[in-house]
Amino acid sequence: MNTSIYQTLSTVELLDERDALSLEELCRASAAPTPFIVELVEEGVLQAHADSGGNWHFGGTQLARVRVAHRLHRDLEVNLAGIALALQLLDELAQWQSIGRPTPVR
Amino acid sequence: MQFKDYYEVMGLKRDATVEQIRRAYRVLARKFHPDVNKAADSEARFKELGEAYEVLKDPEKRAAYDQLGANWKTGQDFRPPPDWGTGTEAAGGTYSDAEAAQFSDFFESLFGRGQGGAGGGARAKRPPLRAQGEDHHARIQIDLEDSYSGAQRSLNLRVPQLTADGHVQMQEHTVSFAIPRGVRAGQQIRLGAQGGPGHGDGPRGDLYLEVEFRPHPRYRAERHDVYLDLPVAPWEAALGAEVEVPTPTGTVALTIPPGSTTGRKLRLKGRGLPAATPGDFYFVLQIVQPAASTPAEQAAYRDFSAQFKHFSPRAHLGASA
Repeated sequence: MNTSIYQTLSTVELLDERDALSLEELCRASAAPTPFIVELVEEGVLQAHADSGGNWHFGGTQLARVRVAHRLHRDLEVNLAGIALALQLLDELAQWQSIGRPTPVR
Repeated sequence: MQFKDYYEVMGLKRDATVEQIRRAYRVLARKFHPDVNKAADSEARFKELGEAYEVLKDPEKRAAYDQLGANWKTGQDFRPPPDWGTGTEAAGGTYSDAEAAQFSDFFESLFGRGQGGAGGGARAKRPPLRAQGEDHHARIQIDLEDSYSGAQRSLNLRVPQLTADGHVQMQEHTVSFAIPRGVRAGQQIRLGAQGGPGHGDGPRGDLYLEVEFRPHPRYRAERHDVYLDLPVAPWEAALGAEVEVPTPTGTVALTIPPGSTTGRKLRLKGRGLPAATPGDFYFVLQIVQPAASTPAEQAAYRDFSAQFKHFSPRAHLGASA
């Protein structure tokens, strides 16, 4: 049907943990609205680093947090404080799972 | 197509009140949301729940569904009657294309994509004339060893392309890229322009790959640090010992200090995941005892206990020895 072509891309990057994504890139990548992301930073859910021009930058690991926060907000109507708590608990749960503790069966 | 019993999906009786429907949705949504529930079918169940709620929460849709579906059971072959949809508000929806895409064939046969699209209700959105395509997301699983040594990876991507005559064709290609040393779980690799097609003549979106470690039979990683649960014999822990132990970067000689207990962590500095400041490697001691299988072994245990008459493991529980 379609041929496969091997390509080595020049635009492959491992996102660093400090300033990989601008606010605009984070918005587009997460499909979350800018005001929502701003609220997440203000609530302490996301860590932003400001550059000399005052623009926010985010580490690559913040992307997954925004996406989860956005889905919780959109699908379960969780408010900001609830999102913060939920992410914290999900982090702790992931840690327990990684050391092999059994989690309850739903 | 198959009939879907929305009441059954939501665990409700057919005479459920509006309040009962709403409450059932809230409870089940929290239970099956894919970010909360990691079971393989949770996403499908969440979508199914959303569709059921979409119908049952709307009095007109619910009435139409009730009237039609009263005699059907889940899974039965179903076709809407020929006069379905004439003269009822409920039959046409104002769903945008993106929203309609998430509904099943059964739903669409009853409530359709409706008059959404170009004219649109409040919910239909006109796509922008020229904009960057959507970013896509996926996970990539690597082994812990790949992070220690770096690795090469290829990914098969199927990407929709517009042909010259306006048809959508799935184009397959393979991209290969390097996994750098020291990568850890949760980091993102961005493949430029491998995401959704641009709108108008806008550029393609990007593809983000979230790195995940495949569960390892021995080691586990937390950020840059790596852990191994290390079994030791009771005498090794009590008296101390020199033991040979595996790490991802080779076997090492480890000194178990005397007086060690289960849970004690022994650190090998800098032997975790590589980085400017590398992580550490930890052995977590787990004391294991041999079985008393032969008379001699049982005698050895009895002698052992005779030497430790004052050892009282349950003293703090309050019951007598």
